[in-house]
Amino acid sequence: MTWEIVIGLEVHAQLSTNSKIFCGASTAFGAEPNTQADAVSLALPGVLPVLNKGAVERAIKFGLATGSHIAPRSVFARKNYFYPDLPKGYQISQFELPVVGQGALTIQVAPLSGNAKPYEKTVRITRAHLEEDAGKSLHGDFHGMTGIDLNRAGTPLLEIVSEPDMNSAAEAVAYAKALHTLVRWIGICDGNMQEGSFRCDVNVSVRKPGEPLGTRREIKNLNSFKFMQQAIDYEVQWQVDTIENGGKVQQATILFNPDTGETRAMRSKEDAHDYRYFPDPDLLPLEISPEWIEQMRATLPELPQTKQARYVNELGLSVYDASILTASREMADFFEAVLAAVPNDAKMCANWIMGELNAQLNRDGLDMAQCPISTQQLGSMLMRIVDGTISNSGAKEVFRTMWADGGEVDAIIEAKGLKQVSDAGAIEKIVDEIMAANADKVAEYRSGKDKLFGFFVGQAMKASKGQANPAQLNDILKAKLAG
Amino acid sequence: MIPYQPCLNIVFAMSLSTQDVEKVARLARLAMSPSEIETSRNQLNGIFGLIAEMQAVNTDGVEPMSHSQDLAQRLREDKVTESNQREAFQAVAPQVEQGLFLVPKVIE
Amino acid sequence: MFESSLKQLGDALRAKNISSVELTQSYLDRMAKLNPELNAFITINPEMSLAQAKAADARLAAGTADALTGIPIAQKDIFCAKDWLTTCGSKMLHNFVSPYDAHIISQFNNAGAINLGKTNMDEFAMGSSNETSHYGPVKNPWDTARVPGGSSGGTAAAVAARLCAAATGTDTGGSIRQPAALCGISGLKPTYGVCSRYGMIAFASSLDQAGPMGRSAEDLALMMNVMAGFDERDSTSLQRDKEDYARDLNKPLTGLRIGLPKEFFAEGMGADVAKAIEAAIAEYKKLGATIVDISLPNSKLSVPVYYVLAPAEASSNLSRFDGVRYGYRAPEYGDLADMYEKSRAQGFGAEVQRRIMIGTYVLSHGYYDAYYIKAQRIRRLIAQDFVEAYKQCDVIMGPTSPSTAFKLGEKGDDPVQMYLSDIYTIAVNLAGLPGMSIPCGFGDNDMPVGLQIIGNYFDEARMLNVAHQYQLATDWHSRAPKGL
Repeated sequence: MTWEIVIGLEVHAQLSTNSKIFCGASTAFGAEPNTQADAVSLALPGVLPVLNKGAVERAIKFGLATGSHIAPRSVFARKNYFYPDLPKGYQISQFELPVVGQGALTIQVAPLSGNAKPYEKTVRITRAHLEEDAGKSLHGDFHGMTGIDLNRAGTPLLEIVSEPDMNSAAEAVAYAKALHTLVRWIGICDGNMQEGSFRCDVNVSVRKPGEPLGTRREIKNLNSFKFMQQAIDYEVQWQVDTIENGGKVQQATILFNPDTGETRAMRSKEDAHDYRYFPDPDLLPLEISPEWIEQMRATLPELPQTKQARYVNELGLSVYDASILTASREMADFFEAVLAAVPNDAKMCANWIMGELNAQLNRDGLDMAQCPISTQQLGSMLMRIVDGTISNSGAKEVFRTMWADGGEVDAIIEAKGLKQVSDAGAIEKIVDEIMAANADKVAEYRSGKDKLFGFFVGQAMKASKGQANPAQLNDILKAKLAG
Repeated sequence: MIPYQPCLNIVFAMSLSTQDVEKVARLARLAMSPSEIETSRNQLNGIFGLIAEMQAVNTDGVEPMSHSQDLAQRLREDKVTESNQREAFQAVAPQVEQGLFLVPKVIE
Repeated sequence: MFESSLKQLGDALRAKNISSVELTQSYLDRMAKLNPELNAFITINPEMSLAQAKAADARLAAGTADALTGIPIAQKDIFCAKDWLTTCGSKMLHNFVSPYDAHIISQFNNAGAINLGKTNMDEFAMGSSNETSHYGPVKNPWDTARVPGGSSGGTAAAVAARLCAAATGTDTGGSIRQPAALCGISGLKPTYGVCSRYGMIAFASSLDQAGPMGRSAEDLALMMNVMAGFDERDSTSLQRDKEDYARDLNKPLTGLRIGLPKEFFAEGMGADVAKAIEAAIAEYKKLGATIVDISLPNSKLSVPVYYVLAPAEASSNLSRFDGVRYGYRAPEYGDLADMYEKSRAQGFGAEVQRRIMIGTYVLSHGYYDAYYIKAQRIRRLIAQDFVEAYKQCDVIMGPTSPSTAFKLGEKGDDPVQMYLSDIYTIAVNLAGLPGMSIPCGFGDNDMPVGLQIIGNYFDEARMLNVAHQYQLATDWHSRAPKGL
């Protein structure tokens, strides 16, 4: 394909404050309509906004986590337009002076198709600003009318704007996922996409390489990574077809319909996008001191990228493993807690978490926070592998038992008789008996039929009821068979 | 949303056209008949004549003044202080049903 | 009794010479007699007022009364008061019974004052004659063919006609001072941020400020003690120590430096107004003040600057009136846009629509820098003029209004002429300074003239002192309209 795709994202992350950005109404999701719409949320005549410190703190954390400039002085502005879910007739947002300035996010891109290798890319962040969310329009059965619920009106949002640095749906999705991970990691957003806590607007344009940027169309309100990919793929094809058929792409705001997999232009908000921004006279400039920034820095956890690098450099994990283990804060915390029990076996910890544990979580549709096995349980189990008490296959059984019924590792080993026989004398006795009972096979082995080794291992394991320490058994067998 | 670059140094004391006034009325969501548009146009032109006096002043290097006091914004603690008062608030609403404010169909 | 000061009324109530219920009822009776002609009130609710009076009497009996406990105070209809119809002079809010109290209303309630009713005003405080009220014009008690000024015209007329002991106003470009001048009463617009704007329906947020209107500076001081104070619900409310605004009333004026801006005494001021102002200045000299000639070179631009900034803020502030959650909704409409456009066109009067149009235009794409930003830059120049001036003087004086009260309908067709009647008051709002108007004589047709006193930031107590000393030496403030 001779077309270059250019994508920029505007992500709205709902900040995880208790109260709204400009008033003391609750932000809890799922309440009865308009029960969390107080006088300020409703824009009653005479009410005024007062900024929530918690929202600013979260914006500062985001700025720190992306190495962005944090404005010592930023300004709230009014964005004026009429819409029934916008009670004041303007949205309080930031325009010329946002709280967070330029920064960047480095992402790992796993191409969505083909055999291309994963690669790293840095996406520049243009800015991030604080603003208030609008309410919701409900199109139920109200005699052909629309119902307005203003519970969400005034919920704090951080709008994170990227540069148009992405050139494929895969890159856009990887960036969105990395942001999604980051905002949850630093605890500023719950990331719940079904509830709309993390919404993406995607600006897409196409051009021939080397030419100026094409006209972009903005896909609004994508709340799933899958839809994002589908919407971008569809939109790119549509734009390319349009241009190749001699048409022109017009700047537009469009919606993606997941049922049809198509995009279409929005009918509303068409009239002149003249938002008449001006500084909100109700709100003085927001000032953030260096001391406040340092206080916030001290509360930040180790960031995913720092962790990844540490896992690779200090623990000897592969880049791939490190990226999986830092996919979420819960995952990394789990890994590190297990690792604390078996400090010298990072690779084994990683394999168990990324393998058996992840597979079980997926099978049961659980996330890390709901994992039925504690880090203490998994850690003690891995200890028992390390000290030779149980074999790998014995461990799998312990794991399955703990997953289903809980319980202490040692008690399960005891109850299920999974303890390995590591007593050399006992193993030698078994080996001797087997060799005696299969003298013909011993002769064949000694005459060069190496493959029979497996047969002896099997027999010995059977005789030990599976409890012989495999490594020890191997050594003893080898020595005895050699004569 | 990328901030637009405002046009600088427009010509002043300009006269508003009928189309200008219609556009402003639409932005402001005010229904106006053609005769009201004309009346409004004449009055606005008179007022903009008055406003045009500003352009004679040299304001180079003067910081725009949004607030009369040069202070920083005070912040509130992140606490829920409001409880449900839907009934009281919706008592003055033009049309409500099932706790929702009703408006003519919103088409997206 | 209707001539008593707030202090005298408070003393009488505490001495049980009169009960609050009796006092309130006397005012209600007087209102019933005089208000139909003056139209100073939009809403009177004797039941609620008397219930408050009863509670005040209990408090007086318990000995827990404050200075204003039991005293009937009228409230400009711009303040949301719980369970009171709050219209802001507009059809848009013809049915808006407020579910909450403005901070100022809470302050009066806490003080035990009686809400005697909601006073008439120009629609959304946009006007200088009270003729833009949806509830009909207010008449000037000195001559009912004339306007009371605006936008706090109902309050000014009510105080002048002794329909209440004192009342509240708001001032965005002169809306306390100009009607005070035209009705021969005293009014104070405090420093921006001294009185909370919470629950005061916004006109131009960066300029709006509530203040007291009454018959004397002493009364204003007692009102300020209730109205002023920090409110965490208003981000622009200032965190300052509580002060007693009456503390300096009795200081002598010896050595006071009064600045007279030459721009305020240039052409434009009526000869009758000039004569009264000059006489007042002469009186101040007698009281020991010295006169300093000053200049506010950019003040002549305050009208154009104001008519960019105030409509811009207003156009946005008034967007919430859309017929969705409260207020007027057109009876018939098609789609959503039609519902908005018809509700707003029918709910707002002509002057309000005019200012929304101006504001929408100056903020729109392509004109923002030329109008809005330009006006904000000149606003700073205007404010800096005052900073320079206060290096040479303690207070600034001049006329409040270029003329005395004009006739109803006289300036109706020409918005520009109407806007120019605020020429001396607007600069004060742009700078955020405190300003007041006190009666200083009468002009042609025996209509009152107001003297404007402009103070430095937070100098309200000194201004009240300056006004009070003048009122001890003169009796203009205690003159009452004839025939009431």
